[in-house]
Amino acid sequence: MVNVENKKQFSNKKLTNPSPNSPKPNSEEVKAISPWRDAMRQLRKNHFALAGFVIIVFFILLGLVAPLLTPFAFDEQDIINRLQPPSAEHWLGTDHLGRDIFTRIAYGARISLQVGFFAVTGALVVGSILGIVAGYFGRWIDMLISRIFDILLAFPSILLAIAVVAILGASLENALIAIAIINIPIFGRLVRSKVISLREEEYIMAAKAQGMKNGRIILHHILPNSTAPIIVQATLGFGTAILEAAALGFLGLGAQPPDPEWGKMLADARDFIQLAPWTLIVPGVAIMLVVLGFNLIGDGLRDALDPKMKN
Amino acid sequence: MTTKEETVHQDQHPLEKSNILIEAKNLKKYFPVKGGMFNRQKSFVKAVDDISLKIYEGETFSLVGESGSGKSTLGRALLRLQEPTDGSIFFEGQDITSLKKEEMRKIRHNMQVIYQDPFGSLNPRMKVTELIGEPFRINKIASGKELEKRVIELMELVGLDPSRRNRYPHEFSGGQRQRIGIARAIALNPKFILADEAVSALDVSVQAQVINLMKDLQRDLGLTYLFIAHGLNVVRHISDRVGVMYLGHLVEVGEVEELYKRPAHPYTSALISTNPTPNPRAKREKVILKGEIPSPSNPPSGCRFHTRCPLATDRCKTEAPKLVPISEERSVACHYPLV
Repeated sequence: MVNVENKKQFSNKKLTNPSPNSPKPNSEEVKAISPWRDAMRQLRKNHFALAGFVIIVFFILLGLVAPLLTPFAFDEQDIINRLQPPSAEHWLGTDHLGRDIFTRIAYGARISLQVGFFAVTGALVVGSILGIVAGYFGRWIDMLISRIFDILLAFPSILLAIAVVAILGASLENALIAIAIINIPIFGRLVRSKVISLREEEYIMAAKAQGMKNGRIILHHILPNSTAPIIVQATLGFGTAILEAAALGFLGLGAQPPDPEWGKMLADARDFIQLAPWTLIVPGVAIMLVVLGFNLIGDGLRDALDPKMKN
Repeated sequence: MTTKEETVHQDQHPLEKSNILIEAKNLKKYFPVKGGMFNRQKSFVKAVDDISLKIYEGETFSLVGESGSGKSTLGRALLRLQEPTDGSIFFEGQDITSLKKEEMRKIRHNMQVIYQDPFGSLNPRMKVTELIGEPFRINKIASGKELEKRVIELMELVGLDPSRRNRYPHEFSGGQRQRIGIARAIALNPKFILADEAVSALDVSVQAQVINLMKDLQRDLGLTYLFIAHGLNVVRHISDRVGVMYLGHLVEVGEVEELYKRPAHPYTSALISTNPTPNPRAKREKVILKGEIPSPSNPPSGCRFHTRCPLATDRCKTEAPKLVPISEERSVACHYPLV
């Protein structure tokens, strides 16, 4: 099929770069700019996203090295020293049972980040699969899945979570499942709309014309092109999930005592708001910072991954 | 393959010795229009309405016509990229209309497409080597070193620098991207290529390069093209035969020079008279058509062109003309052909 003479003729005639006959595998001098590399470069320039990143890394480290930072156990009670203000011994004071608040915040970071991670991952996987199926195949399957999403979204999310926990029983795992469920339609709708727009792209039709099967088209063309909005939503969803877990904890439907869950700590501190405000402020600030961190990263990622925001 | 109708139709063609590569018989593609309460089906857009056509091996057949005349739909229906509503398609004598998905996939490598949009037709997340190598991987023809070798060959063949194969499409210009699309289309050594507005998105100088490349490849690889285009000059340059479409109907088919010099259908005549020429002082009589192209969901009765035709009579309003041969190489669907 390839005629050597023609090859030369073509290359001589049309190539601007005059080295067509030395195609060694490593002859590439400049690195190709992949869309991801480009996005990361954009992200590094964004100071807010960087700040968010620092906050999240701080809390991750805090959770990881918690046992090294503090001599106390998170459930170690010391009733005599209850409601102590911050001091050299108790950096952030003690709560109504004399437990060290800094220790509980550090261990609580583990819980919150885990809840965020698993709830988001669960919602992302299930939501993406449903969204891709609905968007790619359309017709009745789209109708069915979209209506299920509509029903889930019709409830205020926290009410739905309460209902799920009420059915399954109050525990941290069940709260996690509930949060995953209420986040499924958010990912599902996002992926569905992205897939519907991708489905009409010419390169999808080109793949079909080459005889590509649906499964391969989804894996090679649809998925890689819909990851950007999924990543952004996952980051933002991380913050929301942590907030929802805290809300469930506050209502007594999430983590059970003595787990140092931030929302639960807030609930416990309610009664002492005038006596010992730090018991309330510290977990509140921790929740706020983590959620803020994820939101900052999410916004930064959205700007970096959105081609329209490129300068 | 040999019904009476066809023997009168186009078999007199000078290319008759060569084989028919792809043929459509009474092909229809209707799109349902839904609306109102409960999404009832209200009507159809008849994008391709009862078109019969033959494309011979090794020729370039062009389709011209206004936007919305059904050119692209016809092209896509021929390859079953859009399922035809009715009619049949023959590829190398084989009826492919009712082939199952799996059987269709097996002959897909013989018919490829070059798309209009050099930005939309390449997956932005894939490197050039992956894009051009994809057909080999899908059909499990080559992998590893062999695949790399083939990709390099193809890139050289279409005039791209193979050392840039690990780059992404956004790092190439429009013309270069179109070359990537061409390399991908010819990768599996197809017989038939649908060039769907393949050069419309490029500027004129790049158009010429890409068209010359396509012509060279046709000569070297024995390709058959169905070329869908707006630019009449481009069509004249590349085509052997031309089909003129209006509102889902094929109104005239003929050899390119003949058709350009002496159009037989009033619509063809109007279309060609408005084509810009390089000489600004050249005196031409433009046939300016009144009005817009009517809606394809509610086409005019009789001859679909009668609402805008300068020569229309009462007969045209009621009786739809059929595409009939008026000379050896020409067929026209008009009651009062100009030649």
